[in-house]
Amino acid sequence: MSRRAKLPAWADIGLIPLINVLLAFLSAGVVVALIGESPLEAVQVLIRGAFGYDEGVGYTLYYTTNFIFTGLAVAVAFHAGLFNIGGEGQAYIGGLGVGLICLALDHLLPWWALLPLAIIAGSLFGAAWAFIPGYLQAYRGSHVVITTIMFNFIASALMVYLLVNVLIQPGSMSPETRAIAPESTLPLMHEFFAFFGIKITQTPLNLSLFVALLACLFVWVLIWKTRWGYAIRMIGFNESAAVYSGINPKRMVVIAMMISGSLAGLVAINEVMGAQERVGLDFVSGAGFTGIAVALMGRNHPLGIIIASLLFGALFQGGAELAFEFSTITRDLVVVIQGLVILFCGALAYMMRGPLERLFALVSRSSQEER
Amino acid sequence: MKRVVLKTLALSVAVASASAQAADLNPAVVFDMGGKFDKSFNQSVYNGMERFKEESGVNYREFEVTNASQREQAIRRFAQRGANPIISVGFAQAAAVDKVAGEFPDARITLIDMVVDKPNVQSVVFNEHEGSFLVGMLAAMKSETGTVSFVGGMDIPLIRKFECGYAQGAQYVNKDINVIRNMTGTTPSAWNDPAKGAELAVSQFDRGSDVVYAAAGGTGVGVYQAAADSGKYAIGVDSNQNYLQPGTMLTSMVKRVDVAAYNSLKAMQDGTWQAGFQALGLAQGGVDWALDEHNEALITAEMKSAVEAAKKAIIAGEIKVHDYMSDNSCPALD
Amino acid sequence: MVTQPIQDPNRDPVSYSIQLAKINKHFGAVKANVDVDLNVVKGEIHAIVGENGAGKSTLMSILYGFYEADSGSIHVDGKVVSITDSKRAIELGIGMVHQHFMLVDNFTVLENIVLGAEGSWSLTHSLAKARKKLQEISDRYGLNVDLDAVVSHLPVGLQQRVEILKALYRDAKILILDEPTGVLTPQEVDQLFAILKTLKSQGVSVLLITHKLQEVIAISDQVSVMRAGTMVATVNTAETSREALAELMVGRKVLLRVDKQEANPGAALLKVDSLTWRDDTNVPRLDDVSFTVNAGEIVGVAGVSGNGQTELLGLLSGMLDVQQGQINIEGVCIDAQHQMTPKQIRHLGVGHVAEDRHRDGMVGAFSAEETAIMGFQDEPEFNGSILQNRSAITEHCQELMSTFDVRPVDPNLKSASFSGGNQQKLCIAREMNATPKVLLVGQPTRGVDIGAIEFIHQQIVALRDQGSAVLVVSVELEEILSLCDRVLVMSEGRIVGNVLASETDARSLGLMMSSSRSGDQMAQQGGQS
Repeated sequence: MSRRAKLPAWADIGLIPLINVLLAFLSAGVVVALIGESPLEAVQVLIRGAFGYDEGVGYTLYYTTNFIFTGLAVAVAFHAGLFNIGGEGQAYIGGLGVGLICLALDHLLPWWALLPLAIIAGSLFGAAWAFIPGYLQAYRGSHVVITTIMFNFIASALMVYLLVNVLIQPGSMSPETRAIAPESTLPLMHEFFAFFGIKITQTPLNLSLFVALLACLFVWVLIWKTRWGYAIRMIGFNESAAVYSGINPKRMVVIAMMISGSLAGLVAINEVMGAQERVGLDFVSGAGFTGIAVALMGRNHPLGIIIASLLFGALFQGGAELAFEFSTITRDLVVVIQGLVILFCGALAYMMRGPLERLFALVSRSSQEER
Repeated sequence: MKRVVLKTLALSVAVASASAQAADLNPAVVFDMGGKFDKSFNQSVYNGMERFKEESGVNYREFEVTNASQREQAIRRFAQRGANPIISVGFAQAAAVDKVAGEFPDARITLIDMVVDKPNVQSVVFNEHEGSFLVGMLAAMKSETGTVSFVGGMDIPLIRKFECGYAQGAQYVNKDINVIRNMTGTTPSAWNDPAKGAELAVSQFDRGSDVVYAAAGGTGVGVYQAAADSGKYAIGVDSNQNYLQPGTMLTSMVKRVDVAAYNSLKAMQDGTWQAGFQALGLAQGGVDWALDEHNEALITAEMKSAVEAAKKAIIAGEIKVHDYMSDNSCPALD
Repeated sequence: MVTQPIQDPNRDPVSYSIQLAKINKHFGAVKANVDVDLNVVKGEIHAIVGENGAGKSTLMSILYGFYEADSGSIHVDGKVVSITDSKRAIELGIGMVHQHFMLVDNFTVLENIVLGAEGSWSLTHSLAKARKKLQEISDRYGLNVDLDAVVSHLPVGLQQRVEILKALYRDAKILILDEPTGVLTPQEVDQLFAILKTLKSQGVSVLLITHKLQEVIAISDQVSVMRAGTMVATVNTAETSREALAELMVGRKVLLRVDKQEANPGAALLKVDSLTWRDDTNVPRLDDVSFTVNAGEIVGVAGVSGNGQTELLGLLSGMLDVQQGQINIEGVCIDAQHQMTPKQIRHLGVGHVAEDRHRDGMVGAFSAEETAIMGFQDEPEFNGSILQNRSAITEHCQELMSTFDVRPVDPNLKSASFSGGNQQKLCIAREMNATPKVLLVGQPTRGVDIGAIEFIHQQIVALRDQGSAVLVVSVELEEILSLCDRVLVMSEGRIVGNVLASETDARSLGLMMSSSRSGDQMAQQGGQS
């Protein structure tokens, strides 16, 4: 009935995701065709929009930066066996930390001196926001999925309160803080490149991309090269074995959640200190949730997360381009297309595994018989 | 799609020789997060755009943003492609407009609901506090319990501005009136939560209110329904919503964002578009209270004359309605 | 294809309930079954023995429809059949009682039995029908279980009976039992065997998969021995012996007794005084337990699993907090006021081989070298200032693997990819490497091949001879008797016996294990501490 072969690693890591992406695009193509547009043209627009010119690339990488941070956040928690749905709220509160330190010191310090402080503030605030669900999970048995979801709402309410009543620039219509002084904001990538004499179009893409890549390195070292990562993975795989090994799982749950939260908090480096130059309402705009799909697709490995973030960044930017070019493709349809990709690459990630294993079994069997 | 293109083609042939000005009329609109079908602010702009399209046959381009960074991206893309004018909807786009207007001095942008001081930006704002003052008066005059109420959408200064104007109007009629106020929420979902709106309204009725004013986007629909079910009065907002629950809709505070959008395009077509600041208040017809066949039975002659008198007084500057957003405070409610 | 029965060509083929012929099954490069033949006579108890990985489970999985054979044929009641899934197996009258019961804990016995075979949209209706049928079955086979009892409240022996009832309810004529005695007391084993004999007399064929050779001798009519995927022999039980079977299984002569010198006990290294421990529901899992383990002796804790052994090991190793009483490790006292973490206890020189390595002792997804430093992960030799010292860890693992003959010698291989015996050897190597003063060993040879058992026992004895105190918890009485110098018997959280291994036997230990308070007078009789 079920003749299956073990898949070679390249098929597992490369082929399956590729097939999934293709399937997703195929079904998205059907949707596009249904509303009367040419799927081929739509794919062209999407890809050209995401990678075809430097502004598109800039926006793609700008989204990618956010997704790397939130994807890493979800992945670190996942290694500890925790499902952190609260990246959204942790990033939002991280923005408060980054915003406060930037607004307090922006006339005193240039960006390069402010950046380390902002990173610390963002991580601390994000970590603090993740600490509470982590603590409740470890010591009070409240499930972290529920509490992190609730903390997203609390973060949102808290930030609205602060932005409307406390941090708002007097006389401003929008609930947002004043702009951070230009010399203290993170240089945008076009400014950075201009420094080397290379001219590129201005986009929100800024130096935080490098911070994100460093964060990937940090997570890789942390998880696979240090004893803390060893402990985090152990409680994720087998909590009882962790107790046996003298690890305090409760403490590690809290620590893993705080590391996760601090990574999510770094989204604010990109958004608050880089792109928007102020703390605004709902500046995270869903990156925390996208991070879940990113981590899932990236198999919780920093390298996978970079690739998955790039895919989602391209989808966001290319999707905007679709909505821009086709009056019939609304932003809601773009969300449908993004949803299909998440569905195929995340939820149905293993759907193709069985058929593929059978196929491999068939191929290896027939080649054996030939011999 | 095909149909629209054909139509545009046919019309552009017809219009081409009519006006030199129309040649560089290439309108575009950037809707904000709510989307063009939010049954409220963005949709109102959409209606204005559609009206212009119907009348002039000139098609327009549009984009609905889904996150903050797309505002600037979209406005810039339209500017690059020579869109003229670009209608930018909502106060949240102010920062983006400010930036792009600087980068593209030739682009002409109409920003609705916020002010940006740039030589190529036309800023259109509304004196919602004035319109809210008038419906507050009507509420106080209609109320038999001496208690009226307010349901806001998301708790932001703009909605406090509605609330504050409403309270002032009510107090202008009845110094001791009790004004119950609730905000639906603190996240953008508060704009579209009719169930919660109904709940809030019912709880306000339980506390004695018999007239409720909803400035809450799609949430308002629930408020009006609750009022109709409980036999209380409700006041609509933004567009004339009197038709929604005829008989219990006391009136609506209309805010003509559609007019602002339409006027901008029209002015561009006529060659009279001008950058600068426009505050559309009672005097300019930007805000008003609505009286039509759906609510005329509810408004007595006495009420009508009192409100019209106040309207004149406000236009003349004899009544000063405090604007919450001028100092982020509302003395009437402290 | 027609198969000829191997051992008795004169018998009429229809009297075989199962005939497997030339069954082959491979997983990638691993050949799990090679040309396996098996003939089970109707109404007999047929045992299948073999080391782990010999192919018993694969063969039974093929018979029960979990796998499909690559080639070969299956006859049931003389007819060629193809068993595509377990549903088909049930239709053919094959029932299986798994080693780990497949019961829903919070359902009643009746609900569990009917589950999946409701046969009607109305549950009330099918339950009533089932009750009638079950009454008949239990009368016929002498299987008495309260149908309305909630499964989680039943003792293990009765839960197993529910599993058997479940199979019979589905009209099983062939019953496969996978390691059925692992969790039972000797008395429960006797009851099970009585049931199996009744089944046999009613014409049900029983396939018994086990590694306990003395049980094979006691109950079965025929024995088939598997080794490395092949069926090496099928013999009449009456004509063989344990030693002969063991030799067939391993392929060489095996020592079934541990070869060791007389113990030479020294000072008390581990003292336990009035230890009581209650679980969340306030049930005492350990009740006033006191004993001593001296340097240079191996003390065994005998008992049916679930009688407090797990909690005892948990407390001694620091995985559980002490509530009442005290533990004294070489003069260091641990009690409710002075708790110690597993890490601190390890630093006192206590090694702990977890009784369930899959639950506690290793992480299947970790590489072997990561498993090899569990409990020692914070030691300076394995860590730099920030990063782990991977080369030291690899080296350490290689050293453990070579001294304890762990195969394959690949520190980067996933722990789960090693065989049970090699996993256990790695866990024991890890704990013994530091030459602990006190070694706690839970189920030293659970799931371990006979060849590896011998080696593990020798290592434990060697540690004793170096002057360490060893506490062995095992449910295998044979192991306790041959490995340990002194035996503590636990029942219902109490120590009910303390005897010298040389002065007792399995029967009297079994009696003590099944006694409760009545066994008190037996306690503290033969202790030498």
